[in-house]
Amino acid sequence: MTDLAQLESQILAEIAAAGDEAALEAVRVAALGKKGSISALLATLGKMSPDERKTQGAAINLAKDTVTQALTARRDILKSAALDARLASETIDVTLPLRETPAEQGRIHPLSQVMDELTTIFADMGFSIAEGPDIETDDYNFTKLNFPEGHPAREMHDTFFFNPKEDGSRMLLRTHTSPVQVRTMLTQKPPIRIVCPGRTYRIDSDATHTPQFHQVEGLVIDKGSHLGHLKWILHEFCKAFFEVDNINMRFRPSFFPFTEPSLEVDIQCRRDKGEIRFGEGEDWLEILGCGMVHPNVLRACGIDPDVYQGFAWGMGIDRIAMLKYGMSDLRQLFESDVRWLSHYGFKPLDVPTLAGGLSS
Amino acid sequence: MKFTLSWLKEYLDTDEPLEKLAEKLTMIGLEVEHIEDKAKALAPFTIARVISAEQHPNADRLRVCMVDTGNGAAPVQVVCGAPNARAGLVSVFSPPGTFIPGKNITLGVGTIRGVESRGMLCSAAELQISEDHDGIMELPADAPLGAGYAQWAGLGDPVIEINLTPNRQDCTGVHGIARDLFAADMGKFKDPGIKPIKGEFLCPVKVTIEDTSLCPGFALRLVRGVKNGPSPEWLQKRLTSIGLRPINALVDITNFMTYDRARPLHVFDAAKVKGNLTVRHARDGETLLALDGRTYTLDRNVCVISDEHGVESLAGIMGGEASGCSEDTTDVLIESALWNEINIAQTGRKLGINSDARYRFERGVDPAFMLPGLEMATRLVMELCGGTPSENIVAGNAFGEDRVIDFPLAETKRLAGIDVPLPEAKRILSHLGFMVAGSGPVVKVAVPSWRSDVHGKADIVEEIVRIVGVDKVPMTPFERGDAPRKPILSSIQLRTRRAKRALATRGMVEAVTWSFISKPHAELFGGGKSELALANPIASDLSDMRPSLLPGLVAAAQANADRGFPDVALFEVGQIFKGDRPEDQLIAAAGVRHGFASSRGIGRHWSGSVTADALDAKADAFAVLAAAGAPMQALQIVSGGANWLHPGRSGAIQIGPQNVLGYFGELHPRTLEALKADGPLIAFEVILDRIPAAKQKPTRAKPVLELSAFQPVSRDFAFTVDRSVKAGDIVRAAQGVDKQLITAVTVFDVYEGKGVEDGKKSVAIAVTIQPREKTLTDQEIDAVAAKIVAEVSKKTGGALR
Repeated sequence: MTDLAQLESQILAEIAAAGDEAALEAVRVAALGKKGSISALLATLGKMSPDERKTQGAAINLAKDTVTQALTARRDILKSAALDARLASETIDVTLPLRETPAEQGRIHPLSQVMDELTTIFADMGFSIAEGPDIETDDYNFTKLNFPEGHPAREMHDTFFFNPKEDGSRMLLRTHTSPVQVRTMLTQKPPIRIVCPGRTYRIDSDATHTPQFHQVEGLVIDKGSHLGHLKWILHEFCKAFFEVDNINMRFRPSFFPFTEPSLEVDIQCRRDKGEIRFGEGEDWLEILGCGMVHPNVLRACGIDPDVYQGFAWGMGIDRIAMLKYGMSDLRQLFESDVRWLSHYGFKPLDVPTLAGGLSS
Repeated sequence: MKFTLSWLKEYLDTDEPLEKLAEKLTMIGLEVEHIEDKAKALAPFTIARVISAEQHPNADRLRVCMVDTGNGAAPVQVVCGAPNARAGLVSVFSPPGTFIPGKNITLGVGTIRGVESRGMLCSAAELQISEDHDGIMELPADAPLGAGYAQWAGLGDPVIEINLTPNRQDCTGVHGIARDLFAADMGKFKDPGIKPIKGEFLCPVKVTIEDTSLCPGFALRLVRGVKNGPSPEWLQKRLTSIGLRPINALVDITNFMTYDRARPLHVFDAAKVKGNLTVRHARDGETLLALDGRTYTLDRNVCVISDEHGVESLAGIMGGEASGCSEDTTDVLIESALWNEINIAQTGRKLGINSDARYRFERGVDPAFMLPGLEMATRLVMELCGGTPSENIVAGNAFGEDRVIDFPLAETKRLAGIDVPLPEAKRILSHLGFMVAGSGPVVKVAVPSWRSDVHGKADIVEEIVRIVGVDKVPMTPFERGDAPRKPILSSIQLRTRRAKRALATRGMVEAVTWSFISKPHAELFGGGKSELALANPIASDLSDMRPSLLPGLVAAAQANADRGFPDVALFEVGQIFKGDRPEDQLIAAAGVRHGFASSRGIGRHWSGSVTADALDAKADAFAVLAAAGAPMQALQIVSGGANWLHPGRSGAIQIGPQNVLGYFGELHPRTLEALKADGPLIAFEVILDRIPAAKQKPTRAKPVLELSAFQPVSRDFAFTVDRSVKAGDIVRAAQGVDKQLITAVTVFDVYEGKGVEDGKKSVAIAVTIQPREKTLTDQEIDAVAAKIVAEVSKKTGGALR
């Protein structure tokens, strides 16, 4: 074995023995560095005869290439092993529980959700949303709505009043959202198509009544709208709101001071262990009152009942929300129990749309 | 209003089944609330005789009975615990499979202490026909074995209860209900005429009405020489069938007239009435012991009937004990009068009396029936008790006003969307007692005296439509027409919606709390004005309109903590009240966070358990404002501001000092104490109405996007400033150096402690410089940096660290 061959095999052995990149680098420097063993051999070439240089040069350079390749190969192996070793030590516990994202934790109150649902349905039918104050006058809440003097609703027994003012008048908390209809009729010219959702108040507190509750009323005033249209609108509304293909409704004559004729509306349903199914069963469940706007109301709002006509309806938002979503106790709506709110509330990104479904 | 089927048939000749009559009643506006059909419910209960009753071998109190259930069937063995079970007793038997209403169970074949029992002998309580559960029923020995008990006992008459609307006084009597059903084609109306009875002497008692507005009419008659006592069986049965207690014939007649003809009457024992009768206002403090055994203290708003003794009767509501009729009564004064509806309602409510008379008078009884009613009652008195009648005396006006309505036939189509031809309309109206004259297109309709609710064309339409059937009105699509499809929500409605969703995406849960809170709580948040205090709150803690959503939310958070859920983030978006005018009602958005409910997550967690702090509340407030479209660049934050917040850990959000949008921070310990809540609790409230309206844009296109070709440069600066210096001031000073070049300034470190002198802090900012026209040279960048240092130093006294 020549010296060169011996040197080469010695270096290759050292390369193979290098345990890490630093040791390998030392081998490289010792072989190929400025003062390295192969570099030293290359430096001898200058003193050789051309012929010798030719053969020796080729041999030394071959040895250098072999060593260089071996170094590269060994470096790759060592680098990969080092990376594996590092990664092997870098472990995390992937079973650690996550924080629930805020958008998953947050909730929209069922009443807000249902108001959004109502808005979506009635907007599609060409209605706009009207609102008015909770604190109202006797005139707007009762007189203009054709409540006779001495009507029981006008008593302290049923209605929340504020203390009388110096002039003897006294404000009250509206007992229905109908004053919004009055305000609209007094300020807008027909045709009128509005729905008025809002908070209302009556002195009542038991399992099925709370002193505050919510109503949505609708009002149409024009020159041709009649009971047939009213029936159609309510039928379409109920199908859309309860998200059913069909619903059986019963319109019964009834009485309200502000409508004539007046009707109450029942929907057919079957109650089964807290769940309500519509369009089947034996029960008729009352859900709303409606009728043609009473001529006295139109007159009181400056509208000629022989020229214009229209209808109105009203229903409890709390009630229809409870019916649709199977909530059993009205009082829970206002008790802010996070367990209840998390269960019956809606996620913030569940925005009701007609395209995507009201309650998806 | 309650009546029985057989009573109805006194006035309605019909073969329609009960179910159909009931459905029709509902569909013409007389909503059937309940039907009690005992014959149907008790059909399996039959009459049976106990053949033998032997001691049970294994139980002292039980007997083993052999029962003959009639119809030749083999005797049935029944184990019975009733002490009166004995051989020969005729009682009521129910076979296995029977539902026992009084026990709410369905009977099966049972083995009781080792002896089989195939049925049950029943007590009256088990059939729910009385409260009597002392043993099984004892029937007469000749009761027909095997026959249905209910039918035999006369319980076969179904009781119908209707939920009467307040306008239909005419249907507070069976007679009126029959007329409605007649109009609705449910049979033929039987309306026996009432023949006046000639008086045989002058009525010795005179009547004076002091105030005809309270008593438009009053008729009175004396019947002498009556013999009062229990009323006959038919009358007692009528009354008991609808839950009334028979008293004596004279009183029973008045109750009968009330339900039969919607004509309440009163009877005085003439021997106990002294002198003449006066209808007048009560005097303040006068008292009356009424027929219900209670003594009422009256005031001048109460209308009474008095004699020389004083008050004898509460007009139209209840008679007095002293002048009431008893079995000893021999001379009776029958009163048939008309009363002011409003006064009756108010008096009844004030005194807390719900009598059958009040129920009818506050709806207004038929004025034209005042005298016929008296005649009919007189006839009944004479038939049941004998006696000699006086002439009638009548004070006031016995008749109502005539009402004739010009009714265009097209009105039904116009309002109800259904064509009802004239003959049909005429038939319906005349069956209801209206008189129709003319052949169109406008007819004259005379309203019967008993329909005080009918005044105009719309009322006539209602009469026609309810009898034709609302279900016959065809549904007519309601076209939305070519109205533009524009958004329909107002700006405050949109803000409200967006605020709710924005807060919920921050992990907060929406609550809906009461609009009214206690006065002390209202005062704590700047409310409690007298104009916002309810005159009649339902509870002292629900007495004042809320000036802020926070008292309700804080209470809600505390209630959740008390239930074992202390880490809560709640919000509410709703109305608050600064005064009683419409413009004083504002929409606020508010939120509270308690415990480990920071904006970084709710509850304790391995990644870091963070309690909510004042800046979480600031973040919540900003999220609402951004979602609601507030001009975020224009907002100013000022320390402190609201006295319900911690003075050092709170701030106000404003656009100039005149427009404070809201507050955020930690609740003041004194506020917490007053609200009885455990802190720390952080809160914010912003008023959505105070956000300035956004400018209307002519198109929906967004402004042109300008992207710079040059890389932005970032430079960091750390300043040592006094602790009291606001980071916001440092940021503003840096930003102000060059509004074109400096596009962002962020605070990336705030440090106090080792290396920073006491009373000072280090605030580090990163400034982004965005070249506009060319890449900046180092010198140009250094010049900007120097200006920043100089400006911050000038504005805040800070030195570069």
